[in-house]
Amino acid sequence: MRNNGAVHGAFRSAAMRFFSPRALAAPYVVWMAAFVVAPIVFVVIYAFTAGDGAFTVGNFAEMGRFVGVFARSFWLALISTAVCLALGYPAAYILARESGRVQRAAVVLIMLPMWMNFLLRTYAWMSILERNGLLNRLLGALGIAPLDIIYTPAAVVIGMVYNFLPFMVLPIYSVIAKIDRSLIEAAADLGAAPRAVFTRVIAPLSLPGVLSGVTMVFVPAVSTFVISKLLGGGKEILLGDLIEMQFRGAAYNPRLGSAISLVMMVIVIVFMYFMNRFGEGEEGVAIL
Amino acid sequence: MKSKGLYSGPSVRGRLFTVLIMVFLYAPIFVLIVFSFNASSSRAVWSGFTLKWYRELFGDKYIMSSFYTTIAVSVTAAAASTAVGAASAIGLHHMRRAWRTPILFVNNIPLINADIVTGVAMCLLFVSLKAFINFELGFGTLLIAHITFNIPYVILSVTPRLYSLDANLMDAARDLGCTFFGAIRRVMLPEIMPGIVNGAIIAFTMSIDDFVISYFTAGSRAETLSMTIYAMTRKRISPEINALSTLLFVSVLALLVIINIRQKSEVRLQ
Repeated sequence: MRNNGAVHGAFRSAAMRFFSPRALAAPYVVWMAAFVVAPIVFVVIYAFTAGDGAFTVGNFAEMGRFVGVFARSFWLALISTAVCLALGYPAAYILARESGRVQRAAVVLIMLPMWMNFLLRTYAWMSILERNGLLNRLLGALGIAPLDIIYTPAAVVIGMVYNFLPFMVLPIYSVIAKIDRSLIEAAADLGAAPRAVFTRVIAPLSLPGVLSGVTMVFVPAVSTFVISKLLGGGKEILLGDLIEMQFRGAAYNPRLGSAISLVMMVIVIVFMYFMNRFGEGEEGVAIL
Repeated sequence: MKSKGLYSGPSVRGRLFTVLIMVFLYAPIFVLIVFSFNASSSRAVWSGFTLKWYRELFGDKYIMSSFYTTIAVSVTAAAASTAVGAASAIGLHHMRRAWRTPILFVNNIPLINADIVTGVAMCLLFVSLKAFINFELGFGTLLIAHITFNIPYVILSVTPRLYSLDANLMDAARDLGCTFFGAIRRVMLPEIMPGIVNGAIIAFTMSIDDFVISYFTAGSRAETLSMTIYAMTRKRISPEINALSTLLFVSVLALLVIINIRQKSEVRLQ
């Protein structure tokens, strides 16, 4: 019966291997394979096939008609990202200099609007920017001529900046707030003027936050389809509208829609790749 | 000790700038709340105070049913993705790097992809599967989509906690006779709980706020509040929606204030 212990031990280690902690990730791996990887495989298949199932690159050739839409989407997304950065960086920087209590309150105040439905907030901008809207009536009361903003690209940019500004402020703020105070003091002690402290210490150290913010604003801005519809009036469509039309709209053509989605996915990945190379590390953490 | 800012407080100009940013962020919310009390259904002309829209809201079956759908899908998806996400974060933590890296790459796909691409891709999967399995797009597919885009957030919020966990603690528990799962329950879980709670909150928020992915995966049988609002934007959004959003906004605000007060009194007790 000396063997018994060994047999038992072998059984136990086999059981341990089966129930190893790694197994905790098994359901997740299966889930992600089924609902993240498989859908992308379908997008690729649809993008490269014709209606009869034969291989084709015709769907990509057809996209040539929409060069204008691509250009407009990228242009508006770039402007929005630049405006978000121009407003968001100073805001994050100023915020990081406030006392701890003010900082915490401000972070909550910046996140709170996200709890109001974003379609509704965008819709509220219509009441503000309309021809006879609240802004123009306010300007009228001050004796200033009314502005024609609604249904112009400017309105779309305002909508994008409004919706995505928190995604720029928060990552930059969280990086600046974590900067070691002694580095700033050391720079000042060693004779750096406030401007030099900023350009040589704070700005380089906040770069990961900036990159994360730029990505988090640019990707949704280039792919939005609601903001352009509501504030742009739907006259000049963007990439998101174009994709939506291929799947749910009158122009039903999922193969063309898949091809456009695939191109967009590749562009986003390339964009992310350069952003990550630029300011190595910190990605996953800064996203939250 | 009082925590300090970067080196000195901001200037008056700086403060003014932040206030202007806040005005920008809250202007539309202010408009929405004010017009939830508007006597006429105009979205820009004020014609007197009323509580009519709040009364009518609760009798509106269409809005209330999409509100319940939103709550049901958000709560279920947040619970499921928190359980799966937390378990797999622990599993991934014990995995060899060669395995973990590709899995985390896939984990990042829903995070970096545009929502519309995620939505369209899942829509294609469901529509293609319909040829083989008999089912309809509806609450089930909506829930699958929400769980899928929530899990990555949970994993990202739990993982840093696992890294800061002292590995010796787990070894000590095992040496003292705990089984592996006993050690997880008694030693690891209490330590990583803040990350799990944080992940659950993020997941719930993402679900409540989502429109694009729901729009492509819910079919015509299930409708979330966002989808109802989108359908309404083609004509006119009923002020009842303003009323509902005001109620939601005020509840979140109240919740945050309560949490804040409780934290303060806990600090004082210590």
